[in-house]
Amino acid sequence: MSATPMSTALADPRDRGGPAQPMLIARGLRRYFRLKGRGQAVRAVDDVSFTVFKGETLGVVGESGCGKSTLARLLLHLLVPQAGEMVFDGDLVGAARGIGIAALRQQVQMVFQDSAASLNPRMPVRDSIAFGPLAAGQSRAAARQTAEALLQQVGLRPDLFGPRYPHELSGGQKQRVNIARALALGPRMVILDEAVSALDKSVEAQVLNLLRDLKRRLNLTYLFISHDLNVVRYISERVLVMYLGQVVELGPATAVFAAPRHPYTRALLASRLSMDADRRTLEPPLQGDPPSPIDAPSGCRFRTRCPCAEAVCASRAPPLGHWEDRASHIAACHMATQGSGHTLAGAG
Amino acid sequence: MDGGQDRGPPLLEVADLTVRFVGHEARVQALAGVSFSLRAGEVLCLLGESGSGKSVTLRALMQLLPPGRTEVAGQVRLAGQDVLALRGRALQAFRGGSVAMVFQEPMSALDPVYTIGQHLIEAIRQHRGGSRAAARARAIGLLELVKIPAAARRIDAYPHELSGGLRQRAMIALALSCTPRLLLADEPTTALDATVQIQVLILLRRLQQEFGMGTLFVTHDLAVAAEIADRVAVMYAGRIVEEGPVAAVLRAPAHPYTAALLASTVHDQAPDQDIPTIPGSPPDLGALPPGCSFAPRCALVRDACRIGPPPATHPAPGRMVRCLRSADVLATPLASLATGDYR
Ligand SMILES: Nc1ncnc2c1ncn2[C@@H]1O[C@H](COP(=O)(O)OP(=O)(O)O)[C@@H](O)[C@H]1O
Ligand SMILES: Nc1ncnc2c1ncn2[C@@H]1O[C@H](COP(=O)(O)OP(=O)(O)O)[C@@H](O)[C@H]1O
Ligand code: SF4
Ligand SMILES: [Mg+2]
Ligand SMILES: [Mg+2]
Repeated sequence: MSATPMSTALADPRDRGGPAQPMLIARGLRRYFRLKGRGQAVRAVDDVSFTVFKGETLGVVGESGCGKSTLARLLLHLLVPQAGEMVFDGDLVGAARGIGIAALRQQVQMVFQDSAASLNPRMPVRDSIAFGPLAAGQSRAAARQTAEALLQQVGLRPDLFGPRYPHELSGGQKQRVNIARALALGPRMVILDEAVSALDKSVEAQVLNLLRDLKRRLNLTYLFISHDLNVVRYISERVLVMYLGQVVELGPATAVFAAPRHPYTRALLASRLSMDADRRTLEPPLQGDPPSPIDAPSGCRFRTRCPCAEAVCASRAPPLGHWEDRASHIAACHMATQGSGHTLAGAG
Repeated sequence: MDGGQDRGPPLLEVADLTVRFVGHEARVQALAGVSFSLRAGEVLCLLGESGSGKSVTLRALMQLLPPGRTEVAGQVRLAGQDVLALRGRALQAFRGGSVAMVFQEPMSALDPVYTIGQHLIEAIRQHRGGSRAAARARAIGLLELVKIPAAARRIDAYPHELSGGLRQRAMIALALSCTPRLLLADEPTTALDATVQIQVLILLRRLQQEFGMGTLFVTHDLAVAAEIADRVAVMYAGRIVEEGPVAAVLRAPAHPYTAALLASTVHDQAPDQDIPTIPGSPPDLGALPPGCSFAPRCALVRDACRIGPPPATHPAPGRMVRCLRSADVLATPLASLATGDYR
């Protein structure tokens, strides 16, 4: 479960900061979307801070609309953050003496949920994979070779699948091609945004195994976004839980799943289906849908659905706490903060 | 949940349902002889991966398949009525009365230019007549039944003004408006978030019991089946390969495909181990293998499996399986099935 021992992987000349330097630090990221014709804004990502350590898989969970995809796009500067900063392997992103956006995008790649939309329908998949290396200056022959080696790595026979067009592949095969394409420039970190969510269960298992295998062999770091708690528990070393644009809990996967500290995380976990017809859920852990991020509640955003909400929850937003190492388990809930004024503070 | 077969006659009986799509180039055998029955008040889950024929089964029951390009054969009887013979007005009455359908995407049942109330009132008056005011009152009652808060206000909302979970509830209310005897549900919770999915599953379970409807519930998710089904029918390549009470099938599957699906579904597996997978992919429905359709991927395959489709056998009361080696599958503990240690 731990990261690949450094001794087996060749030292990467791009590893400037060394093993102790986090791969990525995000501080105070914010992105609102203005709504046309209305004065309001969708607070899609609102003051989000976290760290991705080298060699880990950080899982990001939360219900649809909580800001996971917006966060992913901010990390790659596909959307420009309105506030906050990022540090990639010790270098400030976008700063004069830091790392530029183009260089960042070589080292951080992304795989999306919709396996078909990400591929050019009029191009054999081999050429789709070779496109990045070609654009980065590889010769036609070298780019072709890279593509075939990558197809092999993701478990598709290059002679059989290379010449095929996307419509000639199954969903699982297309997603393998997308993974190959994301790896074509030799990234150090890959953001997987619901990358297995549209696949059948048995195919999802194949792709998860592949992702774990690639991570070991290529010494990768993953940010793994999913709404599926079972999948996130399986693949992640640490987990970040989002609710309405904010981080509500962050910690080692084992700790978060065994002893969740935020009532929202508790409800999410309790909503998992048991796979056991003799242990059915009789009462839903939460009522209603998440409120709209347009008029998010004051104070703690979860308070309108929280069974433990008290007056302090409406008046003040609970802090998450800023210090974070691989072992810290933090939650943005007044019950998790001594002296917050919540009657159950420190009780959990 | 004992699968008891002797609690009155079945509401729905499907026998040897076969569906072929005939195109210019290819013939697709989407269903190759599907048989099952369903009693009033019972939930049968059709469980299978994409392309296995779940939606085609429901659409065939509703006669919703494109007529020119589809060959349908077999028998479908609802409370004794020959469903596949229905035409014209009788078919209309069947679709809007005896049977209702809910989908994954509520907007496939809701028209964006009408309010929720207009949908419901129209359906109620068509089904049982009566005044507009009475229909409106009943519509509000239905919205309350599906637990839509502030129903008297929300009845005038347009579909897009509701959240995903509320839209799903509105579609369920619309399906119930004709008090159907049979509810066909095609992955109705698949697009919902975890905390909303469990709410809708619990709601459907309750309504189904209150109304005593027979429910045919399609899902690709074992966990959803475990939550809502009385019995499950596992589909593979257009056939039901295994059927039985849900708890028994999930605890001790009798078909290698069911066992493999169970093992490959991510759920509490050790994070440092690969998840068992099923090698290869489902067969081309235009060229099914002559024997067991699962044979090319099956770890237990023997020469005999490739000769003809395995016959249905009954390893226990209320259970059916089509596999020559089901006795070996049943005799193997789940843990070893998952690791493929059973040759
Ligand atoms: N380009 C956009 N314009 C307006 N609103 C947006 C845009 N992109 C995302 N949103 C809104 O921001 C919120 C977060 O969306 P998203 O990041 O896609 O969530 P998730 O990936 O967790 O489902 C949602 O309310 C969504 O509707
Ligand atoms: N109208 C159609 N014309 C041709 N083939 C179809 C049609 N509808 C479904 N099929 C094919 O029939 C098979 C079963 O489809 P379906 O029942 O939708 O699967 P699922 O189990 O995912 O619901 C698939 O191979 C599908 O491509
Ligand atoms: S009949 Fe044979 S090939 Fe088919 S599932 Fe059983 S053992 Fe496997
Ligand atoms: Mg998203
Ligand atoms: Mg379907």
